[in-house]
Amino acid sequence: MHYTIEVTGLTFSYPDGHRALNGVDLRIAPGEKVALVGPNGAGKSTLMLHLNGILNGGAGEVRVCGLPVKAENLGRVRAAVGLVFQDPDDQLFSATVYEDVAFGPLHMGLPEAEVRRRVEAALAAVGMSAYAARVPHHLSVGEKKRIAIATVLSMDPEILVLDEPSAGLDPRARRGLIRLLCELPQTMLVASHDLRLVAEVFPRTVIMDQGRIVADGPTPVLLTDVALLNAHGLEPV
Amino acid sequence: MLHFDLADHYQRGSSRIHRLDPRIKVIGAFLFILVATLLPFGAWPSYALLFVATLFIAQLSGLGAGYALKRSFIVLPFALAAITLPLTVPGETLAQWGALTVSVEGTVRFVSILVKSWVSVQIAILLAVTTAFPDLLWALRELRVPRPLVGIVAFMYRYLFVLADESLRLRRAREARSAAGTGRAGGSLLWRGKVAGGMVGNLAVRAFERSERIYNAMLARGFRGELLTLTPPAMTDSDRTMLVGWVTFLAMATLIGFVFAR
Amino acid sequence: MLPTSFATHVRSILSHRLFRLSGLAALWLMTTALHIPDGFLSMPVSLVGWVLLIVAVVYALRQTRGQLGERQIPLMGVLAAFVFAAQAINFPVAGGTSGHLLGGALTAIILGPWAAALVMTCVIAIQGLLFQDGGLLVMGWNIINMGVITAFTGHLVYRLMRRVLGEGRNAMLAAGAVGAWLSVMMGAIATAIQLALSGTSPLEIALPAMAGVHALIGIGEAVITVGALAFLYATRRDLLNIGEAAPGKASANWVVIGLVISLIIAAFSFAASPEPDGLERVAEDTGFIDTALDPLYEIFPDYTLPFIGDPLVSGILAVMLGTLIVFGVAWAIARAIARAPSRRAGA
Repeated sequence: MHYTIEVTGLTFSYPDGHRALNGVDLRIAPGEKVALVGPNGAGKSTLMLHLNGILNGGAGEVRVCGLPVKAENLGRVRAAVGLVFQDPDDQLFSATVYEDVAFGPLHMGLPEAEVRRRVEAALAAVGMSAYAARVPHHLSVGEKKRIAIATVLSMDPEILVLDEPSAGLDPRARRGLIRLLCELPQTMLVASHDLRLVAEVFPRTVIMDQGRIVADGPTPVLLTDVALLNAHGLEPV
Repeated sequence: MLHFDLADHYQRGSSRIHRLDPRIKVIGAFLFILVATLLPFGAWPSYALLFVATLFIAQLSGLGAGYALKRSFIVLPFALAAITLPLTVPGETLAQWGALTVSVEGTVRFVSILVKSWVSVQIAILLAVTTAFPDLLWALRELRVPRPLVGIVAFMYRYLFVLADESLRLRRAREARSAAGTGRAGGSLLWRGKVAGGMVGNLAVRAFERSERIYNAMLARGFRGELLTLTPPAMTDSDRTMLVGWVTFLAMATLIGFVFAR
Repeated sequence: MLPTSFATHVRSILSHRLFRLSGLAALWLMTTALHIPDGFLSMPVSLVGWVLLIVAVVYALRQTRGQLGERQIPLMGVLAAFVFAAQAINFPVAGGTSGHLLGGALTAIILGPWAAALVMTCVIAIQGLLFQDGGLLVMGWNIINMGVITAFTGHLVYRLMRRVLGEGRNAMLAAGAVGAWLSVMMGAIATAIQLALSGTSPLEIALPAMAGVHALIGIGEAVITVGALAFLYATRRDLLNIGEAAPGKASANWVVIGLVISLIIAAFSFAASPEPDGLERVAEDTGFIDTALDPLYEIFPDYTLPFIGDPLVSGILAVMLGTLIVFGVAWAIARAIARAPSRRAGA
């Protein structure tokens, strides 16, 4: 079976000695929408940073669309994994929105006409076409988060990996984000503390704690298991 | 969320000046200042011409003739750097106060410096006010400023507001804790300096950590060390004509200045 | 609204008691700002500044590329934003004035001198371009004064003092304090010299005024720098090592500082005594001066630049340009010699 993401026995310690991943096994098939939940420090962000090779050097293996995540494959891996960080200010680093969304396809080496087409398509997909000429710092958090998603959409990734997309959003912006996540057809892996969002959008949930995956199954089943949730620092909705 | 508004220099508009190719604006402003500096002291007709030019550009940009004028007085205090000129430059005596002699040459030089500085600042204001920063950067890149440097400036501008926000937050936190109790308020000078220093250090660490996250975000989108950009639009003929006109005007003003001051 | 550093100066000085009392404050006002506006420096001086800046920036870009690799752009950019934002953090000193940070020395201690010079270049360029804090034509010298000179002075003094005082925390803080103070002083002295060379302000007035006031301002710089270094030492000591690990171009740093010192001495020497040198004096006394042949060509006839009227200014500029030319020739010879042995070895 062809998997978009295949993580086998992944172990990783940070330079300061902190063991962040303790043997993680995870498989995500094309089209799946998966939520990643767990307490702070569980290793969610660390795992995500392994998916496009920003972190490496530990034990175990990561494969993206069958390609091992190694130095020689990083270009293709990064085009396939659209990683959106938690703080949109880290993600939107160009002078204008248009340039930010163009950054990915441009650095993939695509011809200009194609780059422009993708930028327009990505902005349209997140409903932010009118914002193309805007300067990032003047935008609201909700707007920035949508544009951050557009910046990876323009790379036409196989999978969208989002870290806490609803953090800091007011109810209206959050509702807009939920709608967007439901509409987008891409495979997704989304880390979130917002269990209501998880219940609404993601059919499958993976629970992480202390660098290990402790549960992996259908969302309705996991999110109603109160004992399981409490054991790993989570609360039922 | 704290929103920090740096004095937003750019005034949106669609005047002829706003639409002018930013390369031309940068070159035009620089040439103007070059001429202003080059002109000899006491070339009054040329100074007047330059001043009228700034009024003209201000008017043409839709901001009103006096726009740059009002904001240009910021250079005035620095005039005091030259204040001793009327007293120290040798020449024909203009006035005498006790042991101090004011010379004509010195006064001419002093006033000339002021006027030159004053018109230069106005044109610089007009440049900043009619050109969006990304366009300004683009112009610099096209004018052969090294790409890494322009890239660094672009990042700096982008994160100016983010870090200024964090700096503001630190300062407000300090203010909130700067109540006056009984006894001497304010603490010692050294202590206050150390607190300020600690805030600066705090800001530095935040800056470093943010730059690491940004670097990761760039890597995630395929960055390999060189910033790539899209091709800019070509210069229009109308813009080129305006540049030629401007250069001609400046050349004339220079000629008049040198002839007059002979 | 974030005030420009100059506007901050103006506002804080205007509320100072002294200003209301005496006109000496006028001098104070003039001397607290290092951002020179357009019109205050002459054309030749401004152009020299630009030439020096371009050389410095090109070299700094190459150096930092080697030192930081891919991180060059995001790291330098965000740190430039940091310096700009940090300049707004001040602390009240007395009667309305406040101490604040310029940042060249601190940045150089953290990152090394070339990276710091680049960071400061961006800060000062933006201040000039967007806020008209400092002119455009004079930006060459503004950046060199506030960015390059401060960075190199701060870095080198820091390194020297640590070698003398040792590796401990207090040694580091002391070295940082002195480095910061001296960096501000050197920047101020350089500014005074440029103003004098342009005929805007006589050296006898500009130099003591600038140096005197910045001796005080430098204390504010030193205090904040020490506070920041202490914080970094306590939280992220690893960040302090970036500058120390800067690739071994230490010799280049010494060369640059040596050159700057020679230029300053050159300027001073001529100002100190335009009298003829020993040989010329003897020749005049004994009467054989007239037997000297006319030179074949005259670059700097009698230590003057023919197109600059004022003899003192002209003399200083001539001496400085002469120093630069000698330096350039020596540099070229040194590099040629450095390459030669490897050819011989390979032959």
